[in-house]
Amino acid sequence: MDFIYHVEGGDFTNAGSTSSEVKRMLKKLGVSPEIVKRTVVALYEAEVNIVAHAYRGDISVNLDSDKIHIVLADEGPGIPNVDWAMQKGNSTASPKVREMGFGAGMGLPNIKNNSDELNIQTEVGKGTTIDFVNYFNK
Amino acid sequence: MTIGEVATLIEGEIVCGAEFQDRNVGRIIASDLMSDVLTIRDTEDLLLISGLSNLQSIRTCEMSDIQMLLVVRDKAITDEMKELAEENDMIILKTAFPLYKTCGILYGAGISPIY
Repeated sequence: MDFIYHVEGGDFTNAGSTSSEVKRMLKKLGVSPEIVKRTVVALYEAEVNIVAHAYRGDISVNLDSDKIHIVLADEGPGIPNVDWAMQKGNSTASPKVREMGFGAGMGLPNIKNNSDELNIQTEVGKGTTIDFVNYFNK
Repeated sequence: MTIGEVATLIEGEIVCGAEFQDRNVGRIIASDLMSDVLTIRDTEDLLLISGLSNLQSIRTCEMSDIQMLLVVRDKAITDEMKELAEENDMIILKTAFPLYKTCGILYGAGISPIY
């Protein structure tokens, strides 16, 4: 099963609505609560990243019998130094993002901790693609 | 201690989810940083105390499976927040007390911190 969701940059009112929908879907399918939580925490962090940093993005969700594969592709400023951004505490978030409770440089490390496979591709001035997989029987 | 007893101790008000006031509060985390909250693996019987009152604090609880939220300093809780909380079977309390005083009262009453 494949699903596509659109996310607008700066739209904090709807930030997390895709994660919420995916959570409901996984619960309905009977996926274990621990895997559901890991998946939606990683997805929510990545979804908030699009809202906080990018102009817009698309989230594609592919559900298989043994795994969920999620790709978040945004049009935005890109990440100049991924290694730097992967370290806890490093962030370029605006004051507005910090007011929302994010932007403390925990997002990317948290996505890594909550995914089984993670791949980040980014190009400065174009955008970022975060691609992660979680297995249901791990 | 139940979340209803917590409400009494901090002179709080139940904003939504009154039907869940018998839930047990086993541990507490106090944070305005939602990314910090999202790192917690075991959220069973966990109460989040926060000065942050917006849709993202409710979303964070939703993703983290946290079903009890206490908002301090009398921050406004919007209808949209209540609606989202109700969809997720959450109970929300609010108190006029600041974060430090709220935590002090509940720590003194014997509720453990998460770390």
